[in-house]
Amino acid sequence: MTMQREESPTTDGAVINNYTINFGPQHPAAHGVLRMVMELDGEVIERIDPHVGLLHRGTEKLIEHKTYLQALPYFDRLDYVSPLCQEHSYVLAIEKLLNLEVPIRAQYLRVLFAELTRISNHMLNMGAHILDVGAFTPNLWIMDLREDCMNFFERASGARMHSAWFRPGGVHQDVPEKLLVDIGDWLDNRFFQLFEDAMSLVIDNRIFKQRNVDIAVVGRDDAIAWGFSGPMIRAAGIPWDLRKSQPYDVYDRMEFDIPVGTNSDCYDRFMVRVKEVYESAKIIRQCLRDMPTGPIASSDSKVSPPKRAEMKQSMESLIHHFKLYTEGFHVPAGEVYVATESPKGEFGVYLVSDGTNKPYRCKIRPTAFSHLQAMDFMCKGHMLPDATAILGAIDVVFGECDR
Amino acid sequence: MAVLHSAPKFVSNEGVIDAISKSISVWLIDAQETHGEIIFRVQRGAIEQVLRSLRDDHQYQQLMEIAGVDYPDRAERFEVVYMLLSLTKNHRVMVKCSASEDTPVPTVTTLWPNAGWLEREVFDMFGVTFAGNPDLRRILTDYGFEGHPFRKDFPLTGYTELRYSEEEKRVVYEPVELAQEMREFDFLSPWEGADYALPGDEKADEKAPAAPPAAGEAKK
Repeated sequence: MTMQREESPTTDGAVINNYTINFGPQHPAAHGVLRMVMELDGEVIERIDPHVGLLHRGTEKLIEHKTYLQALPYFDRLDYVSPLCQEHSYVLAIEKLLNLEVPIRAQYLRVLFAELTRISNHMLNMGAHILDVGAFTPNLWIMDLREDCMNFFERASGARMHSAWFRPGGVHQDVPEKLLVDIGDWLDNRFFQLFEDAMSLVIDNRIFKQRNVDIAVVGRDDAIAWGFSGPMIRAAGIPWDLRKSQPYDVYDRMEFDIPVGTNSDCYDRFMVRVKEVYESAKIIRQCLRDMPTGPIASSDSKVSPPKRAEMKQSMESLIHHFKLYTEGFHVPAGEVYVATESPKGEFGVYLVSDGTNKPYRCKIRPTAFSHLQAMDFMCKGHMLPDATAILGAIDVVFGECDR
Repeated sequence: MAVLHSAPKFVSNEGVIDAISKSISVWLIDAQETHGEIIFRVQRGAIEQVLRSLRDDHQYQQLMEIAGVDYPDRAERFEVVYMLLSLTKNHRVMVKCSASEDTPVPTVTTLWPNAGWLEREVFDMFGVTFAGNPDLRRILTDYGFEGHPFRKDFPLTGYTELRYSEEEKRVVYEPVELAQEMREFDFLSPWEGADYALPGDEKADEKAPAAPPAAGEAKK
């Protein structure tokens, strides 16, 4: 691209070639604390250098100093928009090292709530994306739906966001029967009406399309080479979904489709998420229909705590309880890399155990890291306002990116 | 061992070690399969050739992650672990090599553009250098940070803390001052208890008093 020289009124007529500006770290469209050093030629982006790490809390180091169970709540605080999906990778990694069987009801509950989390994540992301490109109303409407999801999480775990509800061996507590009924009712009578209303305002909207169609087109080969995953790789037309290809828990019993894009631009990424919401709802309905009754935590008393009533009766249970909440359980030495399909893409946990009660090393693979790295590649040659659309379509949360 | 867990299931590992070992045998140190994960340990200098072979000959198209691990007791204390994913074969493998503070690992930014940040992170957190990485800056830590925080000998509290100084009207960096001692709970063996002495404990270590001599022996 040839550089355009211009005479600026603010520099007293001096000629300026390129501007360098700071986008963030306090920019509302930066989705948190992202600082991007942008080199602009007029309004065209020449180069972007994203500076991440402003929210780095050393989660991985902290986890090394906690027992396996104590480390679990850190995962809620990574991607605080989809907490349960982060826990999912971690508990599966522990279970893989322990080779621990999870009761079937617990697996259904996990899948159900992982999908509910996916819906609530997409509600926030799509709302924010729409807001970033100029529409206000849909965000307010679908944020209301996210609020409903939060209420469901609260009724299951007691916490709206930081649930810490998935546990190695199952889930923490069974859900009230009424909650399952209410989730079904919500899908039938409330969710789609409001969601479709909101979407009808944007998906055929001229301005929305102008801001998103043909923005940041990434070819299939590039999407693979840059390590894309989740909606980002599916928008490039690659039907890759870990829930389908590498099923965990009861995803292999679920019937759902993988939406893919054709054009691999920001609009496709958005539409993939819209379709995913419908697929998630499908999975939730199947969970509600097929979920058996039964235990919700592993019967291995060395890993999952005894019931309260048992503790009052049995010395054995009391000892197990005490040991579990002081020393924790020991995990056999070894290392695993377990990745699940979080709403944003592949969220992986590389867990190294040395046979003690604490992880020797827990490396978290954030989804945003690879996507954000491609910002420079994706933004080159686009206009400055397109950067916000691209960022919105990546779906980045810095708790997870910076760890 | 029967698989009981419900972690992600990908295509069977059968025959994978043999097939890959054959093509990277020159650089291979060992290959193992534990917990359903295949791990190749290879020579550090050849990491680029190994990963190139895996990408081009064995269809591991995506580099998902590079993880550093610190084992302070080893001669080469760091391990750099590469997680590869094959979209076409639906399979994952890990490749690792060891490194120390002053032995750079060849970069793989030549193979995957996203290796750039992943290597920067390992460099930032562990101080492993990557030869050939065009942009090996710190990534997650603060501007001007010193040290490599994920090393096992780096304290959890760090060395500096920062606060906003009302007098200087800016954020100032100071050495860490803890209001109380850092609490490190070691519950590894709660039954054995702590190793501080309670009053009276010394009696346990004293020599047991000699038994009173038997009546018959005392006379002699």
